[in-house]
Amino acid sequence: MTWALIRGVLSGTIMYGVPLLYATLGEVIGQRAGMVNLGLEGILLIGASIGFAVSIETGNPWIGVAAAAIAGALFNLVYAFLVVNRRANQLASGLAVMFLGMGVSAMIGRAYVGGGSKGLVRYQIPGISAFPWATKTMFSYDLLVYFAVPVAVLVWWILFRTRWGLSLRAVGESPSAAFAAGRRISLLKYQSALMCGLLGGIAGAHLSVALARTWSEGMSGGRGFIAVALVIFSKWHPLRAIVGAMLFGGAVTLQLQLQAQGSSISPFLLNMIPYVLTLGVLLVWGGARRFAAPGALGRVYSGEE
Amino acid sequence: MSKLLKGVARIARKGWAVAAARYAMILAIALVAYAIVLLLAGKDPIKACVDTFSFTLGTRYGFSEVIVRMVPLLLTAVAVAIPSRLGLINVGGEGQLYMGAWLATWGAITFTGLPQAIFVPLLIVLGFLGGGVWAAIAGFFRARGLVNETITTLLMNYIAPLIVGLSVYGAWRSREPGSSAFPQSVAFPDAARLPRFFDTRVHLGIILALVVLFVFWFVMERTKWGLKMRAIGGNPEAARRLGIRLGLYIVIVMFIAGGIAGLAGMAEVSALHGRLRAGFSPGYGFIGFLISWLSGGSPAGILTMSFVLAVVFSGGSLLQITQGVPFAAINVLMALILFVVLIKPRLPRRKS
Amino acid sequence: MSSSHDMRTATQQFDTESPAPLVSLRGITKRFPNVIANDSVDLDLFPGEVHALLGENGAGKSTLMKILYGFYSADSGTIAVDGEEAHIGSPLDARKLRIGMVFQTFTLIPAMTVAENITLYLPDLPAVLDNRRIAEQIDEFGKQYHLDVDPRLPVRDIAIGDQQKVEVLKLLVGRARVLIFDEATRVLAPHEIEGLFRIFERLKEDGYAIVFITHKLREVLACADRITVMKRGRIAGTLIRSEATEEGLVALMFGDAMPREIRQTAGERKTDGAPLLELRNVTTRAEGEGTRLDDISLEIRPGEIVGVAGVSGNGQRELGDIILGLIACARGRRLLQGVDATSWIAGRIRASGVGFVPEDPLGMGVVPWMTVAQNAALGSVETYARHGGLSLDWNHVQRDIGTSFEELSFEALNPWVQVRTLSGGQLQRAVLARELGRRPKLLVASYPTRELDVRSAMAARRVLATLRDSGGGVLLVSEDLDELFSLSDRLIVLHQGRIVGTFLPHEIDRHKIGHLMTGSGGTNE
Repeated sequence: MTWALIRGVLSGTIMYGVPLLYATLGEVIGQRAGMVNLGLEGILLIGASIGFAVSIETGNPWIGVAAAAIAGALFNLVYAFLVVNRRANQLASGLAVMFLGMGVSAMIGRAYVGGGSKGLVRYQIPGISAFPWATKTMFSYDLLVYFAVPVAVLVWWILFRTRWGLSLRAVGESPSAAFAAGRRISLLKYQSALMCGLLGGIAGAHLSVALARTWSEGMSGGRGFIAVALVIFSKWHPLRAIVGAMLFGGAVTLQLQLQAQGSSISPFLLNMIPYVLTLGVLLVWGGARRFAAPGALGRVYSGEE
Repeated sequence: MSKLLKGVARIARKGWAVAAARYAMILAIALVAYAIVLLLAGKDPIKACVDTFSFTLGTRYGFSEVIVRMVPLLLTAVAVAIPSRLGLINVGGEGQLYMGAWLATWGAITFTGLPQAIFVPLLIVLGFLGGGVWAAIAGFFRARGLVNETITTLLMNYIAPLIVGLSVYGAWRSREPGSSAFPQSVAFPDAARLPRFFDTRVHLGIILALVVLFVFWFVMERTKWGLKMRAIGGNPEAARRLGIRLGLYIVIVMFIAGGIAGLAGMAEVSALHGRLRAGFSPGYGFIGFLISWLSGGSPAGILTMSFVLAVVFSGGSLLQITQGVPFAAINVLMALILFVVLIKPRLPRRKS
Repeated sequence: MSSSHDMRTATQQFDTESPAPLVSLRGITKRFPNVIANDSVDLDLFPGEVHALLGENGAGKSTLMKILYGFYSADSGTIAVDGEEAHIGSPLDARKLRIGMVFQTFTLIPAMTVAENITLYLPDLPAVLDNRRIAEQIDEFGKQYHLDVDPRLPVRDIAIGDQQKVEVLKLLVGRARVLIFDEATRVLAPHEIEGLFRIFERLKEDGYAIVFITHKLREVLACADRITVMKRGRIAGTLIRSEATEEGLVALMFGDAMPREIRQTAGERKTDGAPLLELRNVTTRAEGEGTRLDDISLEIRPGEIVGVAGVSGNGQRELGDIILGLIACARGRRLLQGVDATSWIAGRIRASGVGFVPEDPLGMGVVPWMTVAQNAALGSVETYARHGGLSLDWNHVQRDIGTSFEELSFEALNPWVQVRTLSGGQLQRAVLARELGRRPKLLVASYPTRELDVRSAMAARRVLATLRDSGGGVLLVSEDLDELFSLSDRLIVLHQGRIVGTFLPHEIDRHKIGHLMTGSGGTNE
């Protein structure tokens, strides 16, 4: 195990894991309200394309991130409208948002394909530079990375320590009980969809603005669906999502690093890893987790909603 | 005059007229939205429409192209419609299509010496198997209560093209001059190509598709298996208690559905391209999904919608050539259609 | 216990000695698509008394209170609270007026803790939750009214009787003054019912107004101070306790049309032959929130009805399911008519002559959007399949439906209507006709008369008795002890997945059974 390998795995884990974490947190909030959003992939793409485009046009990557967050939130309102107002099938509604996101992001991003940006400013963890083996660029990440875990803790606190969070969870467990307790179910669902879209937009923006620093069509590559699987893996709990996202990022990265460092395995096989891994996660934990899911979600998976 | 109105009113009350009106309205809304999208992209929607219609319905070649396009749409739509009767959502048409094409390609370039009379049935079987097994995996996991088939099939959609890419860039790679630009498999022997008709590209696939459509209708509406399948879709708990074997039906239905989508893939590579290319499908699987949803899974609706969308699609390729609209715009159109279906617009109805 | 109420007569509306009504309903009317649920109903609720709302299923009592609670809105009529007209558009409005309701099916969230469930319910919650203060309040009320539950437990881990206490605590901590109980005793064993009435007494003393909705005469006579009888959406009469007699109340509930229950025929009954069902030391694995069956040994002989008593959730559903083959035996053996059927799947068991009447016919027994005929065909598809399955003989289906309905003396139904348009009673009859038309040897009937009007309930019981009389066997699961005692030839009691007692009906009384049902030793609480 060389030093280069460790460094590579660490930074790869962060690169893969952080946007995944934001996306997963967004989906956790949505699913805690009883809504499975397969359109997260579309939201990621919208966030990535708009984030990149705006950051190029305004010259300020943070404005790009903000624009991506807002765009993601608005986009998810489409999903919320279909599911809440029209009582449409959740899985199909998610797919509609997914298509829309794929199409609109491709159209927006067309002018920016291949372009580059300087990305978000990176800050090194204070004190690292004191170590003799530290280079100038090591352990140096942008603010969104540093905020990732605090945001996860914030999401946990909101869900479990506030009135809004309790109401939201009630809606996801049993809408009839929530209604009997006087909660406005539609409003809560819309609010949760907004937050899901917001976090998804940020995740997408991080991908294009900070990490890849470019745009290409479909660049989220299925991370939206992986996030849906991670929600199940982390038993719908924001703090466990941190572990899930990092573990997943680490596993993918480790494989990639090992192969890249000297084997001739076809890139096609490598590209399959995230999906196969996701399937694996779902298979191993999906069955057992069924009973840990928010009560109202069961109806979604059995096709009643 | 009043007799005419009475006649119109009587027709208007009939179920099929309502359904037809509903389709027309949905399409109208979607097309208007698409026109707006085109306008925003700086294209002339009216010219695009006129171009499309005059080509597809006005010329012999155009019409034959529509028939050709209908084949994968019909098949992938049925591949979604059958499981939907059981309450299953199969979004994996795309992946099943690729795996059908993949397995058929393997057969075509491995058994090169066979005569066409043997090749064609072999390809049909292989195409069916490839897609069928791919979908049955998802069905199996659903039957065991592990993962919802929507997510599984969606994920497997990403894996299948990679498998195809692996083979096309690897063992099956064509070494012909000029192919390094567009990686593709070695060519199929002529005997492995589906027969064509009328000097056009219309091929055996359309017959397959129509047969599949008819069998779908017949089995669902008339046979005992169809009744049981619809019972599963209507109330799986009651079906279980009545002794219907849910798990078995789920796996078998997914296998059949995947097989049908696999046939679409096989038909495309065998009849049209004559070789396997990475990414040869412009999203047929997803469009089939839309068609099935748009028509509520009814065979007549699927036939109609496939035709209409084949017209639009032929226009689509034309659009790309003549007007430079990115294919991603079709994604938007698909989203809009799905959106309109899900909104369930209410038609003005008479009190009956 | 307190018995110091003034004697009030119902004819005096405003007695100067008694307090003014807390809640007044005037002219409440509510229509649903097929029925008038409430027809110009007037009602007064006074503090410090238990007001029983009595009537058979479907009389409109539940609807009336749901209107008061804001769950429904009345088509016309007024509601006054403390003398002032009130507009109650939602449960939130009702709770602000300090009106609370405990529903038949609890509105608790199983995955959340007792404390969270109560917290959810409180009006005027701060944005950031103060969990400690709420825990203190739960403690206080719990001690004062004997409603002790551990607030940190998730609701799904506590017994149903305790869950009901949580429902009451919700209302009390939420400062309700009017407490409405809808069929509260359905899930309770007899001694628990007495415990509930004692809680009522304590609450009464402190001035709470309690409304007790029920269809059970005996309970009303045991706990009510004032009784209002409803029949078909209208008030049939209001009495105070001292004026009420069993016959008088029955007369008000049914008028002159009280149907007479057909008595059990103790005559010719074929009871020989191998047992129709034998379960030998059967144990199952628990699925998620289900109950694990533990070492069950049971026999059902031809010509007998075995009644299963137990608090809901103690394995009744699993017992029925294992007979039907929907659950596998992890250990033990299952024999049908002497043949080892342990490895048989549900379809094979059904084909061998086992039928079922599920506890929720619409949700578990039929396909709602399919017609009566299609559902009947599904009952035995192979019988009606022709040409190897390529077509179905719908004429045969229709004939069989007709025959079955005739044999059971049911009113004919149009077989081409969708099953979801049928009323509860019609649906149950359709299911019974389908199942009995197959001439089953064994029938698993789960709560077959729950929520049925009296006439339909009696018809269902008659059908079961007839099946038994002709040599069939029935497993009857019911929460209605009266029904169990009157129909069963043998009774078993289930508690936490085990059979804790087997009796002949005359050998045991309701109290002893109640204690077995709840696993308590038989001493008074």
